[in-house]
Amino acid sequence: MSEKIIEDKLTEDSSSVTFTFAGVLEGVRQTLSVALSVFIYGLVLGVLAGQAGLSPLEVFLMSALVFAGSSQFAALGLWVAPLPILTIILTTLVVNLRHLLMGAAVRPWMGGLKSWQAYSSLFFLSDESWALTMGQFAKGKRNGAFLIGSGLALFVAWTSAGVVGRTLGSAVQDPAKWGLDFAFTAVFLFLLTGMWKGKRSLLPWIVAAAVAVAAAYAMPGTKWYIILGALAGSVVGAWGDDG
Amino acid sequence: MTVNFEVFLTILGMALVTYATRIGGFWLVNRIKLSARVERGLQYLPGTVLVSLIAPEIGKGGLTTALASVATVLTGWRTKNLLVAMLVGVGLVYFLRSIVGMG
Repeated sequence: MSEKIIEDKLTEDSSSVTFTFAGVLEGVRQTLSVALSVFIYGLVLGVLAGQAGLSPLEVFLMSALVFAGSSQFAALGLWVAPLPILTIILTTLVVNLRHLLMGAAVRPWMGGLKSWQAYSSLFFLSDESWALTMGQFAKGKRNGAFLIGSGLALFVAWTSAGVVGRTLGSAVQDPAKWGLDFAFTAVFLFLLTGMWKGKRSLLPWIVAAAVAVAAAYAMPGTKWYIILGALAGSVVGAWGDDG
Repeated sequence: MTVNFEVFLTILGMALVTYATRIGGFWLVNRIKLSARVERGLQYLPGTVLVSLIAPEIGKGGLTTALASVATVLTGWRTKNLLVAMLVGVGLVYFLRSIVGMG
């Protein structure tokens, strides 16, 4: 019982969060292996962007300014002349709505930082950098600059790979052939094991999985399943904790 | 090295709405007073987001993905090393697909 209380305190306490260059470096270091997989997918994006008619500079601009893989792939799927600008922007918004939940969850980390530190860090929020950051938090690490370092490593990999893929063409067509489609699942699975809080995690996780699978099945090609699954699981967690 | 104006406009719009999604959730929960129950729910969010991200992936991946998932979790749990766990998972998927010929 006391162990659970201490653990809760640890998760909530944001007063001890620091923001140093060492944190940036730690973020870079912990993200290198993930950045490698991101690089491969960046190559694929570059190839597709070339087929859609984007110039290397345009690919770079998109990857650097948007920096959100799934939404960029979705946008390229809609990239025909004349350019359906509003449809592409709306699709981007919908695909990236899951960031809202991630940003809310990151508050224990970022809440104790200065505004400019938090809002510049959040530019680098992606599925991978966010998951790695929350993994650090679950381990009791408290350097708020970790997200920037993690995001920077992914940013360099993603933007450079896009340009390389656009320039070199179709060297990497099918990452799945090498099992690389599993790389991100593996990363998320690994980080998930560090977030297990014992029996009380079980029901929220089962509900999240069930709702996500059902939503993915009901709405193929969208990302709503992440939001719906996460919300359903967390609601169950919030109500079940009463004891 | 050219940038078409319409392309630039599209990219700029994509960038703006994406940044809005990145800061919006944080901005909101940082601004309003949350009830204790919402606070508790937020604590579950990291885990449930991750579960929701991967569950459909694992569900539709069949036996290959299921086996690789078990191997990844066990390796990660034993070694506490992300790179090793990832390599074991990806390597097993490659092995099962390319060598064994599973789907």
